[in-house]
Amino acid sequence: MSPIPLLRLAARSAWARRLTLGVTLVAIMLSTALLLCVERVRADARQSFTQSVSGVDLVVGARTGSVQLMLYAVFHAGAATNNVDWKSFEILSAHPAVEWALPLSLGDSHRGFAVLGTTPAYFERFSYGEHQSLKFRSGESFAKVFDAVVGSEVAAKLGYKVGDAITLSHGMGSANLLEHGDKPFQVVGILEVTGTPVDRTIHVGLEAITALHLDWVAGAPVKGLSIPQDFVSKFDLKPKEITAALIGLKRRSDVFRMQRFVNEFRGEPLLAVMPGVALDELWQTIGLVERTLFAVSVLVIIVGLAGLVATMLASLNERRRELAILRALGAGPGDIFIMLAAEGLLVTTLGAVLGAAMLAIVSTIFAPWLLEHLGVLLTPRLLSLSELYLFGGVIITGMLASLVPGWRAWRMSLADGLTPRT
Amino acid sequence: MSVSPAIVLDGLQFRWPGQSALCLDIPRLEIAAGEAVFLHGPSGSGKSTLLGILGGVAVPQAGRVNVLGNELTAMSSRARDRLRAAHIGFLFQQFNLLPWLSAIDNVLLPCTFSVERKARASRRHSLRDEAERLLTQLDLTMSHWLKPAAELSVGQQQRVAAARALIGRPELVIADEPTSALDAERQQIFIDLLLREVGQRSSVGDVALHGEISALRSARTALVFVSHDQRLASHFDRTIDLRTINLAVQADAATEPA
Repeated sequence: MSPIPLLRLAARSAWARRLTLGVTLVAIMLSTALLLCVERVRADARQSFTQSVSGVDLVVGARTGSVQLMLYAVFHAGAATNNVDWKSFEILSAHPAVEWALPLSLGDSHRGFAVLGTTPAYFERFSYGEHQSLKFRSGESFAKVFDAVVGSEVAAKLGYKVGDAITLSHGMGSANLLEHGDKPFQVVGILEVTGTPVDRTIHVGLEAITALHLDWVAGAPVKGLSIPQDFVSKFDLKPKEITAALIGLKRRSDVFRMQRFVNEFRGEPLLAVMPGVALDELWQTIGLVERTLFAVSVLVIIVGLAGLVATMLASLNERRRELAILRALGAGPGDIFIMLAAEGLLVTTLGAVLGAAMLAIVSTIFAPWLLEHLGVLLTPRLLSLSELYLFGGVIITGMLASLVPGWRAWRMSLADGLTPRT
Repeated sequence: MSVSPAIVLDGLQFRWPGQSALCLDIPRLEIAAGEAVFLHGPSGSGKSTLLGILGGVAVPQAGRVNVLGNELTAMSSRARDRLRAAHIGFLFQQFNLLPWLSAIDNVLLPCTFSVERKARASRRHSLRDEAERLLTQLDLTMSHWLKPAAELSVGQQQRVAAARALIGRPELVIADEPTSALDAERQQIFIDLLLREVGQRSSVGDVALHGEISALRSARTALVFVSHDQRLASHFDRTIDLRTINLAVQADAATEPA
């Protein structure tokens, strides 16, 4: 028998059992949406993670592990074991291959957010994602010593606006930190959302970091010595040390040569890493959660499809007469097989399509809410290439799963002939 | 051109897989084209198996099965499926219909399985007209045509099933206890309707009007009516007792202690 009327018949038969199949369909729809959602969050998280810096050719710090260097230089997490001498930075900046170099000085914080000491050039040179540069939502870059530019999340969480005064704490973390209470800063600029660590950072001038610690020795204020804020400009605020540096080269092809130059630097032991490579490496080490989540959603798909097979196998017994009638009308066992396999494939395909549609709708409606409340970046789009592969995977798995009831019905119709043994 | 007999069985032997005893052992059975035969057999006499063999869904281990001039044992299973779809109408005890299709869609089902049958059904009228004509002939009024089969009474369902078996003028209709779910009065009416429809194939007017396609038309539809109820036998041209032609049953009965 030709397949078209056979498939139409299969569809009508399926419609007659729409309640049971509908529940199965919803299960497949939800599990597909979950799988695709996990994949999307994963891909987006990975992208925003691995593109935390772009346009930077090398990250330089004291010799340590590359992952550790990236963690504190880019994510402002953890602390550097050693600093980089300012003279070393000056030598690197003057290297003929270097187009620009940004000093980074870390170590202070403000209510849990990292404070980064750098130069105003940072706001022009630093970029993230696909070479997007930083933009000011309001205000401007720092001009005076005690000016601060805050990231979007800092401003949103703490309710800061341009003109507000803030005081910094010495060290990272939140409990029992010594305050730099005698030298308050003024917020002069607020940055746009970037989805990178920049959002959670307070930027101040490199000189401000030096100024804050003029009257400090070995991580604590010196008793009896206090230098008022107005007098700091009388001191030499050139830093003696920085934590790390970001370097941009004139030609990208010089990157290996420059990396070797830094790694073999004579003055002190230094390390240069290529941020793209290091971020990928870092993602691998923290990607376990993501892979676990992915494995769970694959299992959910398998459960959904197992449900489909179970439902169809269970329905076969009550459909035995139906299949015998079709046999009497001239359907071959092969036709019966096709009908059952087509039903499974129909439910799977419909479920997968609805699941993808559901994700598209949900990601469109809830993306802003998710970003704001959970910090989860869910890009509203139809299907990316990797999601398309997963989508195809679901359908192919569903097709294979549908062979089980198809095969069972084929066997059954051969054994039953025209008179079902029920 | 001589018309081949509806059914010829020769030295037929059938044994279910995994069983030592024969289920069917029929040396000879011939049913002529257009003949209406009452096949009497109690349950366990191999009826269902025989119908399966005639329908081409079971294949005997030995012997010859010829249905409407086709040697079934020499055909592929697909070819047998096609023969069944195009030339044989089946009618069972009950639950003949797909409950989720309307009465008229159930009647039209054989035409979706066989192009040949569809062509024959739509020769004189449109396909739908032919289905409606058959339903009307079998005393099903228009109000029943579009109802889902599940909503019809058992008697109505059997008549829809009869219309389905008859659509496209198959040369052979095999009815397996089609009246056992009906009460005595309805049994009578149903058999009369069935015989009338089967017999009508040879109506004089038909042949006169469509003489050019006489070969197929002139042959009446052969009917094999299977039942354990001997009282119905009088309606038919001939009565065959399956126990007398199936030696397997006799052998079985002989070895069994009384």
